Amino acid sequence: MTNFRSHLYFLLLGAIALIILPYFISSRFYIDVLTLIFFTAYLGQSWNILGGYAGQFSFGGVMFFGTGAYVSSILLTTFGFPPIFGIFLAIMGGALLGLIVGYMSFRSGLKGSYFALITLAFAELLRVLANSVEFTGGGVGLFLTYAPGLSNLQFETPVGFYYFSLVLMFISIAIVYWLESSRFGAQLVAIRENEDAAEALGINTLKCKIYAIMIMGAMGGAAGTFYAQKYLYLDPPIAYSIHLSVEMLLVTIVGGMGTIFGPLVGAFVLHTVNEVARHFIDTPGLSLIVYGLILIVIIGYLPNGLIGAFKKKEKKSGSTSLDKKTSRGDS
Amino acid sequence: MLKVSNVTKRFGGLVAVSSVDLEVNEKEIVSLIGPNGAGKTTLFAMVAGFLKADEGRVDFENASVLGMRPHQICQLGMVRTFQITQPFAGLTTLQNIMVGAYSNTSETDRARTKAEEVAEVVGMTSLLHQGADGLTVAGRKRLELARALATDPKLLLLDEVMAGLNPAEIDDIVTVIKGIRDRGVTIFLIEHVMKAVMNLSDRTYVLNDGKLIASGTPASVAENPQVIEAYLGHGAAEAMAEGA
Repeated sequence: MTNFRSHLYFLLLGAIALIILPYFISSRFYIDVLTLIFFTAYLGQSWNILGGYAGQFSFGGVMFFGTGAYVSSILLTTFGFPPIFGIFLAIMGGALLGLIVGYMSFRSGLKGSYFALITLAFAELLRVLANSVEFTGGGVGLFLTYAPGLSNLQFETPVGFYYFSLVLMFISIAIVYWLESSRFGAQLVAIRENEDAAEALGINTLKCKIYAIMIMGAMGGAAGTFYAQKYLYLDPPIAYSIHLSVEMLLVTIVGGMGTIFGPLVGAFVLHTVNEVARHFIDTPGLSLIVYGLILIVIIGYLPNGLIGAFKKKEKKSGSTSLDKKTSRGDS
Repeated sequence: MLKVSNVTKRFGGLVAVSSVDLEVNEKEIVSLIGPNGAGKTTLFAMVAGFLKADEGRVDFENASVLGMRPHQICQLGMVRTFQITQPFAGLTTLQNIMVGAYSNTSETDRARTKAEEVAEVVGMTSLLHQGADGLTVAGRKRLELARALATDPKLLLLDEVMAGLNPAEIDDIVTVIKGIRDRGVTIFLIEHVMKAVMNLSDRTYVLNDGKLIASGTPASVAENPQVIEAYLGHGAAEAMAEGA
């Protein structure tokens, strides 16, 4: 692969640019927007592993985020457990939840829209649960104290959170990079393309799907800790908001499912569109309409996302076959 | 190597496969023929773990595989292809074959090398980087074969790999299958193309209405009156005998 080398340089250059970017941006606003973009891209990437690569669409991705957020926050507020370690327990909590949900739904053969709905149901169930038990703070929520320091994963400036989110996003890209060239990744893609054939060729489809949702869960768990330490408040509607479930699949679909940079591209484009629309349109609510229209156009005309459209152009001369069936596969 | 004993499968009131016994020995090419709807694919599906038999047992290398999932059976060395081809449509030929090759190695380079070797065996080298959904029918059939072969099976279950091919393509694939057997792989195949069945098989079983009605060498089976009736209708055997 001669392509791989140049690809890597390109990647490295981009990474360096993002690392030094805060030295050139003094606006707190832009740093915050970028942080949010990386955070959404990270969550999108976690959705991408199960949805884009393994072809199992979930509508309840937020459940891992919320659970991770509660794990590290409760540990912090009740036991004073430092979030820098708490984040690892949040990761484990997310993975464990992934194991439970994955085992229960994949074991009973749920796929396609049924799987999507069951994940939505799990997220809703957890939201109601979090609302009604004592140790989550119930509907009142959890307040975290602001005490900047690495052990608290809190920072004095927005730039600190910028780097925190950047690291998360780099890790997520590294995971997917590994998927692209590993056996596990190939097996996930095989499952997405044709589960029966995958099974016939010796792939333990159940195990692979459970691993995929566990990775998603682990990643979501870390995102939860990030969020809680940044915004210092958590309640059930935030922790298990449907909005976030939708956002993580939206950025991935807009950017391109099953691609390394799809979630990042999607997050960048959607957040930019959103901010620009808000900035230039004064009539309240109109910016949302513009945002929605752009969304419709992108999804309607670019079924393989922005990356898919770009790729298609790149190899117009070659076979056109790669793009067609991937996204519409029979699930 | 493969022993199917007294296997039965019912779908509601329909008995798709009824107490079938058969055996495939090492290094043999055994074929399973019969009219449409005879239960051939159902039998394959049970052998490969895709369907659960209602009665009977299936042994592979003297151990029962009943109740195992397809991927476990594949790991044991028995792999099936699909009559209705099931390519990983969004992937290239190479990637498709690599999925099979990954069943024995976790290293990408080795899987790729293996896939290229297999592509050579089935004559797909020039198509390696083509998208699988752009392949012709013949190409897809070959891809089925290649993917299965890449798992390094001891026993290959081929479900109508020649259906829909033209005579030249059939000749090609017959040669390929013989080549695979010569490499030490046992083959059990479902086929409608009689020329290929005659040419390839050491032994043949005939299934009709879920029951085994004949078995033996292809030539003897072809002369069996019951088999002729199964294909051509009641009385056909007598008519043919009179005609001769």
